[in-house]
Amino acid sequence: MKFDAKTREKLAFFILGMIALIIILPIIGVIAYIIKNGAPGLSWEFLTQPPRNGMKEGGIFPAILGTIYLILGTMVFSLPLGILAAIYLVEYARENWLTRTIKLAIINLSGVPSIVYGLFGFAMFVIFLKFGTSILAGSLTLAIMSLPVIITATKEALEAVPKSFREISLSLGATKWQTIRYCVLPYSLPGILTGTVLALSRAAGETAPILFTVAAFYLPRLPRSMFDQVMALPYHLYVISTQIPNMPLSLSFATALVLIVLVFLMNLVSIILRAYFRKKKLW
Amino acid sequence: MFSKLQKIKESILEFFIRGSGILIILFVVLIFLFLLKDSLFFFKSYPLKDFFTQKKWLPISEPPSFGIIPLLLGSIYVTFFAIIICVPLGMGCAMFIAEVAPSFLRNILKSFVEILAAIPSVVLGFIGIVWLGPLVKKIFSIPTGMCGFTGSLLLAFMALPTIISISEDALRSVPYTYKEAAFGLGATKWQTLWRVILPAASSGIIAAIMLGIGRVIGETMVVMMVTGNSPIIPSSILEPLRTLTATIASEMGETVRGGLHYFALFSVGLILFIITFIINFLADLFLHRSKK
Amino acid sequence: MVEPLIKIINLSAYFGNLCVLKNLNIEIYKNEILGIIGPANSGKTTFLRALNRLNYLQANYHQKGKILLEGKDIREIKDSILRKKIGIVFALPQVLPMSIYENVAYGPKVHGLRKREHLDSIVEEALKKAYLWEEVKDRLHTPANKLSGGQQQRLCIARVLAVEPEVILYDEPCSGLDPISTAKIEEAMRVLQENYTQILVTNNTKQAARVTQRCAFFLMGELIESNATSILFTSPEDKRTDDYIRGRFG
Repeated sequence: MKFDAKTREKLAFFILGMIALIIILPIIGVIAYIIKNGAPGLSWEFLTQPPRNGMKEGGIFPAILGTIYLILGTMVFSLPLGILAAIYLVEYARENWLTRTIKLAIINLSGVPSIVYGLFGFAMFVIFLKFGTSILAGSLTLAIMSLPVIITATKEALEAVPKSFREISLSLGATKWQTIRYCVLPYSLPGILTGTVLALSRAAGETAPILFTVAAFYLPRLPRSMFDQVMALPYHLYVISTQIPNMPLSLSFATALVLIVLVFLMNLVSIILRAYFRKKKLW
Repeated sequence: MFSKLQKIKESILEFFIRGSGILIILFVVLIFLFLLKDSLFFFKSYPLKDFFTQKKWLPISEPPSFGIIPLLLGSIYVTFFAIIICVPLGMGCAMFIAEVAPSFLRNILKSFVEILAAIPSVVLGFIGIVWLGPLVKKIFSIPTGMCGFTGSLLLAFMALPTIISISEDALRSVPYTYKEAAFGLGATKWQTLWRVILPAASSGIIAAIMLGIGRVIGETMVVMMVTGNSPIIPSSILEPLRTLTATIASEMGETVRGGLHYFALFSVGLILFIITFIINFLADLFLHRSKK
Repeated sequence: MVEPLIKIINLSAYFGNLCVLKNLNIEIYKNEILGIIGPANSGKTTFLRALNRLNYLQANYHQKGKILLEGKDIREIKDSILRKKIGIVFALPQVLPMSIYENVAYGPKVHGLRKREHLDSIVEEALKKAYLWEEVKDRLHTPANKLSGGQQQRLCIARVLAVEPEVILYDEPCSGLDPISTAKIEEAMRVLQENYTQILVTNNTKQAARVTQRCAFFLMGELIESNATSILFTSPEDKRTDDYIRGRFG
């Protein structure tokens, strides 16, 4: 039997639509599954208490706090460096071998597996620089991993600022830095923030890079300095779902729920930022 | 006139700006050197040839055997199956988003893809343990659901956002004139998509697939949690296996710092670094070709 | 003989391998309005932007020859100082996405002026000189891009005036404007002549005839001839100049 072109088109589009549906359904399924099974385990106590009884009871407060410390630490290192590097690429770099090498380096950094970052962070920060297994070592590792995303987002934001702004500023006798500071950065800030929050939300959910650089298996006391170990949400989820026999599943589900809520909240912040600034767009 | 102080401030800032560019290169070089350094320690006492030809990974037996083949095969197995599953799905979805879906549906689909990209891998690993693994076990009636296939399924799912977003970009960047020409010849929308747009976007699509492969090979937590963690050469995808990444993640904690096993894991890391470097480099070449 | 304010000696300019200005020699005198006329792609804009080195913003630009400002090679002057002395008004009115006030105050601020009252008076004076004060004095802190095209272009002139330049370059300042706005800008130029040296690139020969004292005719990157406007327009020496003025090409 042979179909005519129109029927074939309908059939093909129907199949494509089905494929899209096949992809969407599990996404909804996964989220709903975690919410349904995780919500009953959530309580004020769960969020604010340390784990007890071999982590089979109590809460996950140290892990939440640890993850927040890591997010902040990652931001402190990766944001300035990422912005400066992007400024270099957009505003200073000429088309030469150095620029090409930097671009290649960024592509490469974005492709390095997270566990290799973990190995590197361990060898470089924990051992070589003697930071020990610490917030500092973990943050630096996550920061290097986040750089490509931040640089790419910042680059796009800088490139979106019209060339004429720079020209006007320079023609009035502003120096290059003044031009960047007053005529480029203010207008690219929304894009930079959006990209940064997104990069940090990825870092917050990563487990492999923190395995040997910061994460503590069980540490009910809170860290006192950046040279301390911390628990972290993703690692905690890994530990309780694979290393603890007879772990009550409701706690694992609740931990997974807290982790995705945290990550989604950060994504939401970045989406709201983007929408807010787009509405306020000035040129 | 602007003051001397400001001049100094600006030259310091510019120094940092230029320095940051160099620092990015330095990071890559440092990653490579740190992996290489410890790998060299390993190869000083363990023959390079054995590393690549021994069929067993037995780090704590006496004498130990560090054959990378089972791990490499583990990675290749799960990657191959994951890609087989996710490329058709991802491509279909990208085509649907780029050319078929009305704009409201397109936005919804794209947000779902973003949500998927945002789910931490450890959460998907957890889902694999509590739900997908048992399901696979039941469907195939195998002794354990913690096997290569479960890992492949999850990895396929995780690679979708990369493949969908990059292929969709590639499809959309095909010049409108191509479409017009095809419509002008009386082609239907589907014929245009299949015979004109898809071939024209092929470079970008190849890049998308390569980046997807890079993503899958490098993924750690999911495979460590659901593939059964057994470093033997698998005879089928339905058996437990172990990838390069999972080997590092699961064994690093047990090694003696400075021991042969410890250095062996850095060699595995070096292999991973080189593989992903090549994949990303090639993907970038294809991406650039597609932009021209 | 009066010393010229700007003296251009054997200036050639290139974008990559493309030569856009060929061996140019011309002098510019204090307080005159010099017109640069010629068809499109004659190098007029490149010439103008060579004077404050804006061409160098393009990576593949390079030039030969010398430009002297008050006898001093401009290569010896810092970019920011040179551009403070030689301001430019671009072809399309381009305002920064700030308030009217901030647009005018931007220049003085980057040159280190911070005092509010001082800035206020500079802004007011600059806007007055650009014939814009009366129209905007009640809404100085509203976004500049809400102004009409003609007002925006006068704002651009005010912005240049605020940094107290010696020379003002105009790159086809009225190309997108209506006749009334054009008349206002020309009026401003005439008044400014008392204190400033001005160079006007235009492809509107009538405008050149109305505003300028001296005029130079550019063709394909070459300076064909320059003379007092009245002479150039009535009895040009070169046939090509004559053709252009009579509208035979361009």
